[in-house]
Amino acid sequence: MSSLHILSSLILIPLAGAAFIFIFLTRGDEKVIARNARWAALWTSGFTFLWSLYLWFAFDRTTADFQFVERQEWMPAYNITYYVGVDGISVLFVLLSTLLTPVCILSAWEAVTTRVKEYMIAFLLMEAMMIGMFSALDIVVFYLFFEAVLIPMFLIIGVWGGPRRVYAAFKFFLYTLLGSVLMLLALLVMYQTAGTTEIPELMNAGFHPDLQIWLWLAFFASFAVKVPMWPVHTWLPDAHVEAPTAGSVILAGVLLKFGGYGFLRFSLPMFPDASVVFTPLMFTLSIIAVIYTSLVALAQEDMKKLIAYSSVAHMGFVTVGTFSLNQQGIEGAIYQMLSHGVVSAALFLIVGVVYDRIHSRRISDYGGLVHRMPVYGLTFMLFMLASVGLPGTGGFIGEFLILLGAFKAAPWVAALTATGVVLSAAYMLYLYRRVIFGKLTRESLQKISDMSRREVLVFAPLIVLVLWMGIYPPSFLDVMHVSVTNLIEHMETARAGADALAQAAR
Amino acid sequence: MYTAAVFLPLLASAIAGFMAFLPAEGEKKHTIDSWSQWLTCGALLISMVLSWVIFKSVAMDSQPVTITLFTWIDSGTLELNWAIKVDQLTAVMMFVVTTVSAMVHVYSIGYMHHDGSIPRFMSYLSLFTFFMLMLVTADNLVQMFFGWEGVGLASYLLIGFWYKKPEANAAAIKAFLVNRVGDFGFALGIFATYVLFDTVHLDTIFGAVSGKADATIIVLGTEFHALTVICLLLFVGAMGKSAQLGLHTWLPDAMEGPTPVSALIHAATMVTAGVFMVARLSPMFEYSDTALTVVTLVGASTAIFAATIGCVQNDIKRVIAYSTCSQLGYMFFACGVSAYSAGIFHLMTHAFFKALLFLGAGSVIHAMSDEQDIRKMGGIWKMIPVTYALMWIGSLALAGIPPFAGYWSKDIVLEAAFASHTGIGQYAFWLGVLAALLTAFYSWRLIILTFHGKSRADEKVLAHVHESPKVMIVPLLVLATGAVFAGYLGYEGFVGRDAVAFWGNSILVLPTHTAIEAAHHVPAWVKYAPLVVGIAGISLAYFMYMYATSLPKMLAEAWRPVYLFLLNKWYFDELYDFLFVRPAMRLGKNLWKTGDGDLIDGLGPDGLSAVVMDVGRKTARLQSGYLYHYAFAMLVGVAVLVTWYILSSTA
Repeated sequence: MSSLHILSSLILIPLAGAAFIFIFLTRGDEKVIARNARWAALWTSGFTFLWSLYLWFAFDRTTADFQFVERQEWMPAYNITYYVGVDGISVLFVLLSTLLTPVCILSAWEAVTTRVKEYMIAFLLMEAMMIGMFSALDIVVFYLFFEAVLIPMFLIIGVWGGPRRVYAAFKFFLYTLLGSVLMLLALLVMYQTAGTTEIPELMNAGFHPDLQIWLWLAFFASFAVKVPMWPVHTWLPDAHVEAPTAGSVILAGVLLKFGGYGFLRFSLPMFPDASVVFTPLMFTLSIIAVIYTSLVALAQEDMKKLIAYSSVAHMGFVTVGTFSLNQQGIEGAIYQMLSHGVVSAALFLIVGVVYDRIHSRRISDYGGLVHRMPVYGLTFMLFMLASVGLPGTGGFIGEFLILLGAFKAAPWVAALTATGVVLSAAYMLYLYRRVIFGKLTRESLQKISDMSRREVLVFAPLIVLVLWMGIYPPSFLDVMHVSVTNLIEHMETARAGADALAQAAR
Repeated sequence: MYTAAVFLPLLASAIAGFMAFLPAEGEKKHTIDSWSQWLTCGALLISMVLSWVIFKSVAMDSQPVTITLFTWIDSGTLELNWAIKVDQLTAVMMFVVTTVSAMVHVYSIGYMHHDGSIPRFMSYLSLFTFFMLMLVTADNLVQMFFGWEGVGLASYLLIGFWYKKPEANAAAIKAFLVNRVGDFGFALGIFATYVLFDTVHLDTIFGAVSGKADATIIVLGTEFHALTVICLLLFVGAMGKSAQLGLHTWLPDAMEGPTPVSALIHAATMVTAGVFMVARLSPMFEYSDTALTVVTLVGASTAIFAATIGCVQNDIKRVIAYSTCSQLGYMFFACGVSAYSAGIFHLMTHAFFKALLFLGAGSVIHAMSDEQDIRKMGGIWKMIPVTYALMWIGSLALAGIPPFAGYWSKDIVLEAAFASHTGIGQYAFWLGVLAALLTAFYSWRLIILTFHGKSRADEKVLAHVHESPKVMIVPLLVLATGAVFAGYLGYEGFVGRDAVAFWGNSILVLPTHTAIEAAHHVPAWVKYAPLVVGIAGISLAYFMYMYATSLPKMLAEAWRPVYLFLLNKWYFDELYDFLFVRPAMRLGKNLWKTGDGDLIDGLGPDGLSAVVMDVGRKTARLQSGYLYHYAFAMLVGVAVLVTWYILSSTA
C-alpha cells in the first residue's frame, strides 16, 4: 500500500498544482489568467479529493496501527525523519480537508475577482499543509505543517479580507504565534528527553508525571488558541468577519480542528497523567465557552460573527468530549469535529451566498428572503438544524455521544454543557427568522436571485454528507472505533505504569 | 406492512416537498397543488388502513412485532438500531395518529384551498406524521428522542407556516425553544439511563429494572435514588412536549398555525407524546413513587390551572388550546396513580373529540372569513347547522356526558385517582372534578357565544357565512363517529374486564398499585360526581350567557384582579420574559462588549500591542544620543547581573 505513496502524493499534488499556476499561468490578460487559475485549481483539488478516496476504501478498520506509512531519512544527524501515516483518528480529517478545498475553490468562482491566481495558489498550498499536518508522524514534520498553514491563511485574510483585515490578521497571528512558541519549546524538551522525534515512539516515551505537567501546559497554550477555547477565542470572530467566504470555510471547517486533533494526538497519549490532572480545568473552560459564547452569539448583529461564536460553542463540546476520556466522549468529539467541519463550512458558505449579492453581513439588512430564495431557505434550514443538533443530522450524533460520555465522567458537566443545546437553538432560530422569514420589504432585496446551479453544486456534497452522518453514522464511527479504544487502553496502561512507578519510589 | 405504514408518509412528504419547488403559475400550479394533495392524502389513507390491520393483529390478537432496520449508533457499549417496535401500546398510538392525521390531511384540502403554498403544507403534515410514527415505534430511547425532536421540528415549521406574520414566527420559535428545555431533561434522562443500565434499548432496560430498583446515582457528592432521578428527568421532557404547567406557555401561542395543524399536532397527537412516554416507560416509573407523585401533582395542577384560564379567553382556538392543556393534565395524573391504561384511554377518546372540536372551530373560522374572536360571533347556528351539531358532539364528549366518548374515559381517570387512596390521588380527584365543572362551563360558553344570541359580526362577514364543503365535513363526521362511540367500544378492552389481556406486557403496573382495579369499586357518588358537575357547568354557562347576559361583565368588573390574572394566563409569559429572555439578551450583550471587548481583548492582544507601542516609544526616547545615558544604563545592567549571579550561586 505504501508503495503508492498515497499520503505524500496527496500533499504533493496540490503543491504541484500551485506551482503550475505560479509558473505557467503568466501570459494573457488578467481575465484569462484568472479563468485558467480557477480551472487549474479546481481540477487539482478535485483530483486530490478523488485520489484521497482511496484512503476511504483501502483503510483497514480493524487495526489501530498507523496505515499508509511512509518513512524517509531526512536529517539523520538529528534523528529526524520524514514520516507520515494515518490512523482512525486522523484519516477522516484528511478526507475532510480534501473535500472542503474544491468546495472552497468553487465557492470563490465569482466572488473573488482580484489576484485570482494568487488566491488559488494560497488555497492549494493550504490544502497541502492541512493534509501534511493530519498525517505527520514526526513532531518536526508536524510542527512545520502546523505553523506553515498559518501563512497562507494569514495572507488570505490580510489580502482578500474586509476593511479591518489588517487588525484581524494581526490578532490571529499574535494569538497563534504565542501558543506555537511554547509548543516549540516543549517539542525541544521532548526530543531532549526521549531522544526521538517520532510520534508513535513518543507515545510510549513515558514522560515523568512532573515533566508531563509542563509539557501539557505548553501544548495546551498552542491547542487552546487553535480550538479556540475561552478566553483565547477573541481572534476567531474578527478573523471570520474579515476573511473572505472561502477563508472562513477552511478556517472553521479544518483549521479549528487542529487544536482538537492535537489534544488527541499529543496531550492524551503522551501526557496521560497530566491530562487527568487538568481535566477539571478543561471541563471548566469548555463549559464557560459553551454558555458564554452562546449568549454572546445571541446578541450578535453580524451573521458571520454569530456563526463564529457558535463555532466556539460547538468546539467547547469537543473539548468536553475529549476529556471525558471514555469511548463515547472521544468518538463524539471526533464526530463533532467532522460534522462541525461540514456544518460550519456550509453555514459560512450560506452567508457568502447573500454577501455576494448584497455585500452586507448585517442581519438587519435582510429579512423575508424565503419569498425570493426558497432553495436557499431550505438549504439554510437544513444546516441550521444540523447546527442545533437535530437528530437525523450529523450534528446530533457528535453532541449526543459527547454528552453521554461527559455524563459518564461527571453528570454535572453534561448537564451544564447541555444548556448549550437549548441556547444554540435560540440563537440559530432567531438568526434564521430575521434573515429568512417575515415580509420582504427592503428595496435592495426585491430583485435578489435564488441560488445558481454552481452554488447548488457547492452545497450538494455537504447536504449529502450531513444527512448521511446523521442517519447512518456507522460509516464513520467504524473507522475510529479501534483507534479510540487503543488510545484509551494506552492511556490506562501508561497511567498504571506511572502509578506503579510512584508506588515503587515510595 | 409495518415499515410501509411508517415510511409512506415520509415518502409522500419528500415528493410533495419537491413539488413545492416546482415553478408554476395559474392552471399548472393548480395541477401541482392537487397532485400534492392526492399524493399525501393517499399515502396517509393507506398508512391508516395498514395501522388498522396492525391494530387488529397486534392489539386484538396480541402479537407484538419488532422489526430492526439497521444500525444507527454504535460506540463502545452503546449500540442502537433504527427499529419498528409495535406492541399493544404502540398499536393504539398508531391507530390514533394515522386516523386523525388522515382525516386532517383530507380536511386540509378544503381548508387550505385559498393558500398559495399547498404542497409545502401537505409535505409538512406528512413529515410530522412520519416523525410521530417513529416516536411511537421506537425500540430504544434515542429513536424516541429522534421522533420527539422531529415532531418538534414539524410543529415549528407548521406554527410558522404563514411566515409573513411576525406573531407566527415568534410562536414557532417559542414552541421550539420551550420544547428544547424539555428535551434537555429528556436527553439527560437518557444519559442517566445509559449509565445505570448500560443500554438504551427499551426491552433490555425493562428486563433489568427490578434489579436496579434500589440503585443510587451520585451527583456532586450527593446520593440519589437512581430511578427517581431518571424518571424525573425524562418527565421534564414529557412536560415540555405535553405543555404541562411551567412548560405550557408555547401551546396557546402555537394556535398561530393553520387550524388543521392545531387539530393534529396541538390536540390529538404530538402533545400526547408525553403521556405516551410515561406509559411506555411505566416499568421505570413504577419503581419510583416520588416520580409518580410528581407526575400526579403536575398533571392535576395543570388540569385545574388551564381550565381556569380557558373560562375567560376570547379566541376560539385558544379556549380549545387551554382545554387541551387541561385534558393532558388528566392523562398525566391517571398515569401518576398507575392507571396508565386509563390515561391512554383518555388520550384516544380525547384525540377524536378534540380534533373534532378544533376542525369544527376551523369550519367556523372558515365560515366567518378568518375571524377567531368569539366576541365577534354569535347567532350563526342556523347558517352552519352541520358544524354546529358537530361542535355539540365534540363538547358533549369533552364535558363527559354519557354516552359520548369522554364520559367513559374521564370517569375512569377520576375514579382511579380516587381509588388510589393516596393523598396525592385525592388531590388529583378533587381538582379533577372541579376542572370537569369548568370544562363543561367553558365549552358551553364557547358554543353559546359562537352560535347563539344576537350576532356581533359585521354585515359583510355575515353575508359570507356558509357551510364548509364536503371534503371538510366528511373528515369531521369520521371524527364525530369516534367521539361518539370510541369510549363505549373501547371501555372493556382498555380499562375494563379485558384490559389485562389487551395490554399484555406493554404496560407494567406493580401489584401494589391497585388504582385501576379499585376504580371499578368506588362509591356511587364518586361515579356520578363528574356527570353532575358536567351538567352543572353546562347549566351555569346557559344561565350566564343565554339569560343573565350582563352577569359575566359584572363578575369581571367585581373581581377585576382575578379576571385580569386569568385573562393574562397567570402572567407566565411576562414572568419568563423577565426571568430568562431579557436577562439572556442583556447578558449576551454585556459578555460580548465587556467580556470579549474590554477585558479579554483589552488585556490581551490590544493591551499587549498598546504596551509594545508604548515601550517602543519610550525606548525611542531612551535613545537620546547622550553618552552618559547609555553609560548609566550599562552600569545599572551590570549591577543587576552581578547581584543575580551572586544570589544564585550562594543559593
